[in-house]
Amino acid sequence: MHEIDLPAYARALGISIHDLEDSVPVLTVDFGPNVEGRPQHYHGGATAGLLENAGYAALRVKLTEEGREARLKPVNITVQYLSAGKSQASFAKGRVTRLGRRNANVTVEAWQADRRKPIASAVMNILIA
Amino acid sequence: MSETPHSDPARFDPEQVGKLFLGRAHPGWLGLKYSDHGDNWVELELPWSEKLLGEPDRPVLASGPIVSLMDMASGMSIWQTHGTFLPVATLDLRVDYQRPAKERSAVWSRVECYRITRSAAFVRGIAHDGDPDDTVATMAGVFMTLSADPRQISRTVADQAAAASAASEAGTGDA
Repeated sequence: MHEIDLPAYARALGISIHDLEDSVPVLTVDFGPNVEGRPQHYHGGATAGLLENAGYAALRVKLTEEGREARLKPVNITVQYLSAGKSQASFAKGRVTRLGRRNANVTVEAWQADRRKPIASAVMNILIA
Repeated sequence: MSETPHSDPARFDPEQVGKLFLGRAHPGWLGLKYSDHGDNWVELELPWSEKLLGEPDRPVLASGPIVSLMDMASGMSIWQTHGTFLPVATLDLRVDYQRPAKERSAVWSRVECYRITRSAAFVRGIAHDGDPDDTVATMAGVFMTLSADPRQISRTVADQAAAASAASEAGTGDA
């Protein structure tokens, strides 16, 4: 069992944990009407939702490793859309670039069949309360 | 085709187009609704829903749906400002969260398109939960305007809705 609990929004959208890589979760979502924008493509908001949840998951793992219990408050997210999300599964994994006492900087990438070709990336700033 | 001076069928109408294409796919799943518009802005509503909670122990909306809400309002504000539907792809979207939305409250997003160039459209906007002066989030975005074939410029509201759902949002179109 994975220790990461995804929020209701993530579960409702269809996001689940695909794998753990060095204990960092790789999240995935299958293509379907919930995430569709223009026909047969991901909506930018759904892609952002996947990125954001992967960012939080990576940060929660890091905090747990350090024995810290914390409530996370989003400060901002900047999403770069790199190429269109096609009608297939998407994946995302976050990396905590800096973890401070009061805030964390997280970068996230999302990809589909070819991990070397990300479809979107994000930087997030998260307050740790 | 005859046109009355008061209703140009070629003009983008956010209320009519919203009725037709906010009801499907991801915007439909979120329940997005048209709320209001001006010359260069569009406001959409994200109704309260239990399924959109972001934390296990508090009835607070996740931040992801707010990005979707503002992304949709961005696209519609570009079409409203441009006057007709224009194929666009989101390049960059930044959202700053000032505070959580009120418990069990709908959230509205008002986005204005302040500049359209040959290749890009620039938008900025706010999200609020009842009082636009007390924002939940602010955002800035840049969209790429895709080469518009004049033959594809739609002539009716229904055409616009079809075109809008066929070519809106999310990612560059050149992949």
